[in-house]
Amino acid sequence: MSSHVIDVEPGKTSSFKDKVMALLPDGGNLNLCLTCGLCSSGCPATGLEDMDPRKFLRMAALGLDDEILNSPWAWMCTMCQRCIHACPMKIDIPGLIANVRKNWPVENQPKGIRSSCELALKNDTCSAMGATEEDWQFVVEDVAEEVRETQEGFEDLQAPMDKEGARFFLNQNSREPVTEPDEMVPLWKILHLVGADWTYGTKGWAAENYCLFCQDFEKWEKIVRIKAKAVDDLGCKVWLNTE
Amino acid sequence: MKFTVQDPCQLVRKSLGDPIAEDLRFVVKSVVGEENLIDMQPNRSNNYCCGGGGGFLQSGFPEARRYYGRRKLDQILETGAPYCITPCHNCHSQIHDLSEHYEAGYHSVHLWTLICLSMGILGENEREYLGPDLAELGL
Repeated sequence: MSSHVIDVEPGKTSSFKDKVMALLPDGGNLNLCLTCGLCSSGCPATGLEDMDPRKFLRMAALGLDDEILNSPWAWMCTMCQRCIHACPMKIDIPGLIANVRKNWPVENQPKGIRSSCELALKNDTCSAMGATEEDWQFVVEDVAEEVRETQEGFEDLQAPMDKEGARFFLNQNSREPVTEPDEMVPLWKILHLVGADWTYGTKGWAAENYCLFCQDFEKWEKIVRIKAKAVDDLGCKVWLNTE
Repeated sequence: MKFTVQDPCQLVRKSLGDPIAEDLRFVVKSVVGEENLIDMQPNRSNNYCCGGGGGFLQSGFPEARRYYGRRKLDQILETGAPYCITPCHNCHSQIHDLSEHYEAGYHSVHLWTLICLSMGILGENEREYLGPDLAELGL
């Protein structure tokens, strides 16, 4: 896939790869590459930015830190882990990618990801689209009311909010309440018909967490803790994540 | 009417593995009929990512994202199914966008839509992602 020759400085070693190896379980096996190429041949991101998983790993091993740390390819690998699945040595290339993303200065990270991460911290809803507790409650009740009034057999349909002691705490991607609320209804109907004891929460209901994608571990954890607390505060036994 | 199903990486390979992929197929077959599910190749834990994960949908590289998605698009088209069931939000958005962008003609649907359709309880406003062949069914 390479279109140009990369000069490697003799004797140069990777400080970045070693740093990442110290963070990953078993060092992510990053030194075990046999260069077989199974990762790259089954990776849909192969060819983007003149890069592929094997090349990225080899460049890390050769100490080409500047090149890998500045390659936008880190944002084009989806960290789907198929390369690990295919790899005979189980090398954690996505783990390497995650740490490259983390290394990007915040101001240079893709704005769509970074701003969604920041926005989720504005409200206890954790909504990356900025939906407030009031917006959420209004939409859910409004849609449920319409179904009760217009759909035969669902006169008793409930979309419970903050129901203490419910078995299931269900969360929801912000896209539904914000842009296509009717898409929530089929799920409610299924839960209704099977007699599930479930609830939404006014806090911590948003399923998404973009801080994971920019590898902002502190903010990611903060969001997870807000969500987990919302589940615990209602005494729910099972946290159902729809995403 | 044939259907294929996307195994979400997050649900299958990255967390619950092949057993949940089998559960998914149990539900899908119950809904659409056993003979109407056509699997993509490869599938289950060996499935290809659609290109919607890892924040790719929001990262501002639409051309790269759709180049990535071409592999998934080809796998879907290879099944010949006019519907791809996408039980993950990112997969749904990406696979829907791929069909629109490449004018591939297949439909991308949530699993819950088909469950309710098969039970005869899918409301009029809950059919955004169904094609004209199923849009009026059971109303």
